[in-house]
Amino acid sequence: MANVGKSVPRVDAFDKVTGRAKYTDDICDKSALILRVVRSTIAHGYVRSVDTEEALKVPGVVAVYTPDDVPDICFPTAGHPWSTDPSHQDTADRKLLNAHVRYYGDDVAVVVAEDEVAAAQAARLVKVEYEELPFVLDPIEAMQEGAPQIQENTPGNVLKHTQIRNGNYEEARKEPGLICIDKWYTSQTVQHCHIENFIAYAYEEQGKIVVVSSTQIPHIVRRTVGQALGIPWGNVRIVKPYIGGGFGNKQDTLYEPLIAWVSMQLGGRLVKLDIPREDTFVSNRVRHAIKFHIISYVRPDGTYVARKVELFSNQGAYASHGHSIVAKAMGCFPQMYPCPNVEGDAYTVYTNMSAAGAMRGYGIPQAMFAYESHTDDVCKALNIDPEEFRRKNLMPVGYTDGFSKNVNYFDSYNQCMDKAMEYMDYRTKFEAYKNQTGPIRKGIGLSCFWYNTAVWPISLEHSSCRMVLNQDGSVQLQVGETEIGQGADTAYAQMAADVIGLADYTDVHVVSNQDTDVTPFGLGAYASRQTYVCGFSITKTGNILRDKILAAANELTRMPVSNLDIIDSNIVRISDGKILMTLADLATERLYSLSASEHITAEATYQIKSNAYSFGCCIAEVEVNIPMCRCEVKKIINVHDCGSLINPALATAQVHGGMSMGIGFGLSEELKFDPKTGKPLNNNLLDYKLSTIMDHPHLEAQFVENPEPTNPFGTKALGEPPATPVAPAIRNAILNATGVEVDSLPLNPHILFKRFTEEGLIKDPWREEN
Amino acid sequence: MYDIKELYEAFTVEEAIALRLAHPEAQIIAGGSDVLVQMREGKRAGKELISIYLVDEMRGVSIDEEENIRIGSLTSFSHITKDPIIQKYINVLGEAVDLVGGPQIRNIGTIGGNTCNGVTSADSASTLHAWEAVVELTGPEGVRRVPIKEFYIKAGTVDIRPGEIQTAILIPKASYENTFGFYHKYAMRNAMDIATTGCSVNVRLSEDKKTFERVRIAYGVAGPVPMRAPSAEAAANGKPVSEETMEAFGRAVLEDINPRTSWRAAKEFRQHIAYEMAKECLKESVIRAGGTL
Repeated sequence: MANVGKSVPRVDAFDKVTGRAKYTDDICDKSALILRVVRSTIAHGYVRSVDTEEALKVPGVVAVYTPDDVPDICFPTAGHPWSTDPSHQDTADRKLLNAHVRYYGDDVAVVVAEDEVAAAQAARLVKVEYEELPFVLDPIEAMQEGAPQIQENTPGNVLKHTQIRNGNYEEARKEPGLICIDKWYTSQTVQHCHIENFIAYAYEEQGKIVVVSSTQIPHIVRRTVGQALGIPWGNVRIVKPYIGGGFGNKQDTLYEPLIAWVSMQLGGRLVKLDIPREDTFVSNRVRHAIKFHIISYVRPDGTYVARKVELFSNQGAYASHGHSIVAKAMGCFPQMYPCPNVEGDAYTVYTNMSAAGAMRGYGIPQAMFAYESHTDDVCKALNIDPEEFRRKNLMPVGYTDGFSKNVNYFDSYNQCMDKAMEYMDYRTKFEAYKNQTGPIRKGIGLSCFWYNTAVWPISLEHSSCRMVLNQDGSVQLQVGETEIGQGADTAYAQMAADVIGLADYTDVHVVSNQDTDVTPFGLGAYASRQTYVCGFSITKTGNILRDKILAAANELTRMPVSNLDIIDSNIVRISDGKILMTLADLATERLYSLSASEHITAEATYQIKSNAYSFGCCIAEVEVNIPMCRCEVKKIINVHDCGSLINPALATAQVHGGMSMGIGFGLSEELKFDPKTGKPLNNNLLDYKLSTIMDHPHLEAQFVENPEPTNPFGTKALGEPPATPVAPAIRNAILNATGVEVDSLPLNPHILFKRFTEEGLIKDPWREEN
Repeated sequence: MYDIKELYEAFTVEEAIALRLAHPEAQIIAGGSDVLVQMREGKRAGKELISIYLVDEMRGVSIDEEENIRIGSLTSFSHITKDPIIQKYINVLGEAVDLVGGPQIRNIGTIGGNTCNGVTSADSASTLHAWEAVVELTGPEGVRRVPIKEFYIKAGTVDIRPGEIQTAILIPKASYENTFGFYHKYAMRNAMDIATTGCSVNVRLSEDKKTFERVRIAYGVAGPVPMRAPSAEAAANGKPVSEETMEAFGRAVLEDINPRTSWRAAKEFRQHIAYEMAKECLKESVIRAGGTL
């Protein structure tokens, strides 16, 4: 284990910081025709006519396509592994262009032109006549009788409803002396805001349609393009260059099928669609806004007796990842704080808003805000210390989940809290900040989080890997799990070097750019799974490669395989440690041998039938300026037990990114829609308050390293978890500072003004006089 | 790729005036940090542009013969912040424009563009109103000076006549002498933002620092254009430097401003913040003037 565990530089660092790394737009030929999508200007209705006459007169305009032109095929978009069981397949509820428009910004027409200016001019000139229908933006309103129906196949708008029934909630809550805490918590709509907007281009070649796309999931998109266009999947080739972030938005089929289809209408000509930021906000995917209703019956000593949770998830206009998100959010409720009697009901509801899909944390940032805020509210109601309550009630060591078979092997929660508390001087501050007076108050708040790794057993989980030995003893490595900026390629190189016995991770050349005609089949980047699942396939494939190398070494050295090893890129005799030959000499000799030439390669698929808990916590210290209605994070730490670290520097960077996303989710971000029209109000980076570096204190990341028993490298999820505990930690810090429970996100000045006024901390004299 | 019909470039004020007369429909562009954004959005797509960005005689800060502080309209925000004259006499203006956007915008954005846009949220505007700046316009008939209050006609519209360009912004000596101010930009984040409300206050105290000789206050985003708050000023002028005066000053603001509820903020919230900001800015101004509060 010479490479794993070290903070080696990223394999792509030099190319990325020097601008050498090529992204989709860098490699698209400048002859490409430019597409522009014409979007609906109503939230709900039918397109009655599309007048393209003026648009087609713009010099340079090649074509305008409308809903009448596209195939009558509904297709699914979610970046899930396909299921051969129809009951587990993703909902197919959209066409390439839609005559039934279901949100403000829906895809109505597409303009093709020779340059961006002509495309933009023509898009403004396309005249669309609508028959308007009533619309609904709120999931609970959408569930009411008489609400507008958004999808033809879903009367009542509930895409899916699932339940948990453990024990007997109704009987258990009758126990005398219980205290009931009954509250609602609301999370908002936010967007991923990756730097590179979605972009893709397509052309035909050798009878196939080629789509080069900024995607996390090339092999899945190959399938969905085939489905959407009604063509054989093998006739589709998806290429993924470097991508400028995705955070789940690109774990979805976005416009690849439309772009492919337009190219095919134009004889396979090269066409490109570069989505503007305004459209990225509205017409890609967003995070599900979820309303939580939690009722807890607790004994005065802080024992949960009976609990109920209802979740109403705003799906928006199209199914995308659908119910998977809120199902995950509900699924952890009975696990995190085990209780014998639990009722849960989760609803995913269509509304006339932007479609919600995957986003870093997949329902858990919303769930942790609700659940960990509720934990502190229970403690407040019972006058119990929130730290003590968590240590008593969080999932115990040895807990096994009946469905996933995940086992809580270690005391991660307590170990992570210990570390975080020491760094923050938590206990002293928590006591000191109680019962403050005055306009400026400090507070400190704690939140733990629940997470798991990968998607087994809900979906297929596997990884494929290919290794090719070069003449100099270096190795090409390919896997289907994509590099999307998270640093996966570097972790792969480190793991592969150690499995094979190479001297250095730079002896592994990871083929980063993926091509579904060439790359081994893989499901892509999502679910914090890349390092975990590739750990299996790299180990399996690396061992096959080792066996072939050692077999060759046996022939060349006449030493038995059992007495041979590969150490630091040398063939070593185990019994005396003598270097018999270098791996480079072996590879060269073997390839060019006139008697036994062999191109040494290995390829294997590993199906993973395990999953792993990944736990930790966040502590945030804030300063609340009551008159100015502001909360500033002064100091913050995340502590994670993600198993053994493959690369501590990259792990730290991953945590920093997640914490930043958590601060934005907690304090400032919210995509707003006009309640009167359904129109998006702030779909740009000025009005949408993504947090900046000026809004962050130092972000402290620490780790507890308990090696995960199910994985060959002892590793587990870290991609998404860092974003999950930050908002509730900040919220609980405001509670500590002011005694005020703020139960809807974001915790911006508007909500603080409202809540501080309601609780009497702000008393504007002219309002009292009125 | 921008949808620009034609681009004309001026290198002197005379050339700029000639181009204005020759192309009356054309849009003036300086740093471009607003105009290009609007073109991309389609609002000014397909327009002709007259670039004045290379008219170097319109750059820099100086004291003119009348002892006005003269800020050339093309002076960038970052240059204003770092200018020794600004730092000595009207430091608050340098601080205010240092809150615009981010470093790149402050390097390209100009104070002329910031005022000619006629938007209420411009970070320079409330301070220029509070310091009774004078706008200098140069046109075919020569130079014209307009008090900044009159320069702003309505949201997005300023008093620039055909053939004119704004060449400088002046701060008269009577305005800046022995005067100290403070600006608070209230925004939803600490960078890359526009003000939810901006408040600029300046004071001149009596020699013993016990009395307000002159108090001026102006807001951005309290109305369609930047505005003074005369009732608040009246509540403080000639009054002792005290908590009571500060409170009366803050309360009187509500007689001058009439904010509306929009998706960006509720009326009650805007009133509350305006009141708090007035008090805070007054207090900080007093401290800068050597007084205590």
